[in-house]
Amino acid sequence: MAIEERRQGRAAAPGLASGPLLILDDGATSARVAGAPLQEDAALRAAMAAAAGDLAALVAGAGDDEAAGVLAFQMALLEDDALTEAAFAAIAEGTPADVAFRAALDAQVADYAAAEDAYFRARAADLEDLRDRVLRRLAGVDDRALPGDAILVARDLPPSRFLAVPWSGGGLALGRGSATSHVAILARARGVPMVVGADVGGLLDGTPALLDGDAGTLVLRPDAATSAAFADQRAERAERRAFEAGFLAKPAVTADGERVRVMVNIAGPDDLATLDPAHVDGVGLVRTEFLFHGRDRLPDEEEQLAVYRRILDWAGGRPVTIRTLDAGGDKPVPGLTRPGESNPFLGVRGVRLSLRRPDVFLVQLRALARAATSGNLKVMVPMVSLPEELRRCRTLLDEALAALAAAGVPAARPPLGMMVEVPAAALAVAAFDADFLSIGSNDLIQYTMAASRDEPDLADLAEPSPAVVELIARVAAHGAATGREVSLCGDLGGEPGHLPMLLGAGLRTLSMAPPAVAAIKAAVGRWKAAP
Amino acid sequence: MNGHSHGSVLMRHEVGLHARPSVKLTKLAKSFRSRIDLGLSADGPWIDAKSIVKVMAAKAPKDTVLHFRAEGDDAAAAVSALVGLVERDFGDGD
Repeated sequence: MAIEERRQGRAAAPGLASGPLLILDDGATSARVAGAPLQEDAALRAAMAAAAGDLAALVAGAGDDEAAGVLAFQMALLEDDALTEAAFAAIAEGTPADVAFRAALDAQVADYAAAEDAYFRARAADLEDLRDRVLRRLAGVDDRALPGDAILVARDLPPSRFLAVPWSGGGLALGRGSATSHVAILARARGVPMVVGADVGGLLDGTPALLDGDAGTLVLRPDAATSAAFADQRAERAERRAFEAGFLAKPAVTADGERVRVMVNIAGPDDLATLDPAHVDGVGLVRTEFLFHGRDRLPDEEEQLAVYRRILDWAGGRPVTIRTLDAGGDKPVPGLTRPGESNPFLGVRGVRLSLRRPDVFLVQLRALARAATSGNLKVMVPMVSLPEELRRCRTLLDEALAALAAAGVPAARPPLGMMVEVPAAALAVAAFDADFLSIGSNDLIQYTMAASRDEPDLADLAEPSPAVVELIARVAAHGAATGREVSLCGDLGGEPGHLPMLLGAGLRTLSMAPPAVAAIKAAVGRWKAAP
Repeated sequence: MNGHSHGSVLMRHEVGLHARPSVKLTKLAKSFRSRIDLGLSADGPWIDAKSIVKVMAAKAPKDTVLHFRAEGDDAAAAVSALVGLVERDFGDGD
């Protein structure tokens, strides 16, 4: 008898999905019948050889240098007897192969996870990935091609596996993870409904399920009434999306005829692949952290320049605002950010870090000044709290320009603006010598309300309170009075429900995740300044 | 015939002896027949330079002086190749 069951997690990417569950086994739940030590020894060697074969095949198709580097590391680990000698010793004493291998790898994972250096901590995920690959082989599960129309369930999912799924109506439920994790960002960018923090224990493959990425709910064995309600809701949303899609290719104009500029936030040139530049008024935020992540050296000037030019080429004369490195907080960069800060969100992050590492910052400023000859580029500095910080950035930009001019390298001076995300900057906004301002609502809310945005129990404090609205209005009013462009590039900008507040505060430029563009343009069309 | 060889080199790699440099170092070490040890100081402790697990576990940061000692018929060639690899900053950019 099928009884409906609900498992509540947290919303990570909006949308509704229905389909059979597919449990992504990390080997933990498979019942393996262990044999005698000799057989177990042979089974583990065979699984490791098969896993090495999988990795070799992946290297051939990796295409990108960073992915290939991770795979080479995993292959080198597999070839190293020191990794597995404890496992084979335990097997000789009668421990089943999977238990022995898991224990050996878990010891390594724990060692990396406890490292002070963020780069080492990140390698723990590579080791877990390797452990699970071998355990899957040991359990006789090969790397299945994952269907895009099922609801995938896992404790956690590396971005590489998410990207390998041909998503088509399916969804994702994770036991761990957070709405700000890399996979959640990918899921929102690709429109895959996703729930995190759900109890994913004791589930069976093929169980019919519904996943509500807005409510953060996973419904198992839905009864007829639930299924019907869900289908209605889905149809309603599909209809609304179809209606909104009609706005996608048109400029955003309010009901009383005022033009609103709708831009996109991107985390790298890959996000632009499925996006038509004619549908947007520019790129309001390019995060540059991706250039610095998952690698073992900092990107040089030429590499940065090539990426910035690719984005400017795509935009074809539309404005592109590139944010200088916003490392720190929840975005550590090995070799750059400080490990072990007791409160990284209030620590040496964003411009604070850049000004302490002018060697690294100047490379980025030089690349940006050179890119500025190829399009409509603006440079934005994150986490500015004092006017002096922005002044020092301007001095460094002057320095970069002078050095480029002296060397005869073509460059141009881009407008230099700042994020307004620290309440101190919003309150004293007139004191900053910024060419433009962009409100970072995520951090502005978190710092104004003293509430972590990752804490589901404080979700009510993450909504824009009157205090936050007043800060936004203050910045917008300053822009209007002084002729400076003010935009907003946080998550608020992509939420139609908050649009009347933002437009009412005087904002006319909003930047958002690409999937939100159509809905926001439609909502702009419904809004009127005078009721 | 057995030879002994020692060498040391300052590692300037931006984030130290991490995954990619360690992969290159152990691969190169394994291409020699000699037993090769790596130490973070001139008098050890010594670890097997052919084991990526042990090399990574040393967690050598930037600006560490790496010491190599080798014993075997190609010991001198091994040490000079490994010192060269570190001097070239692990051949990054190749």
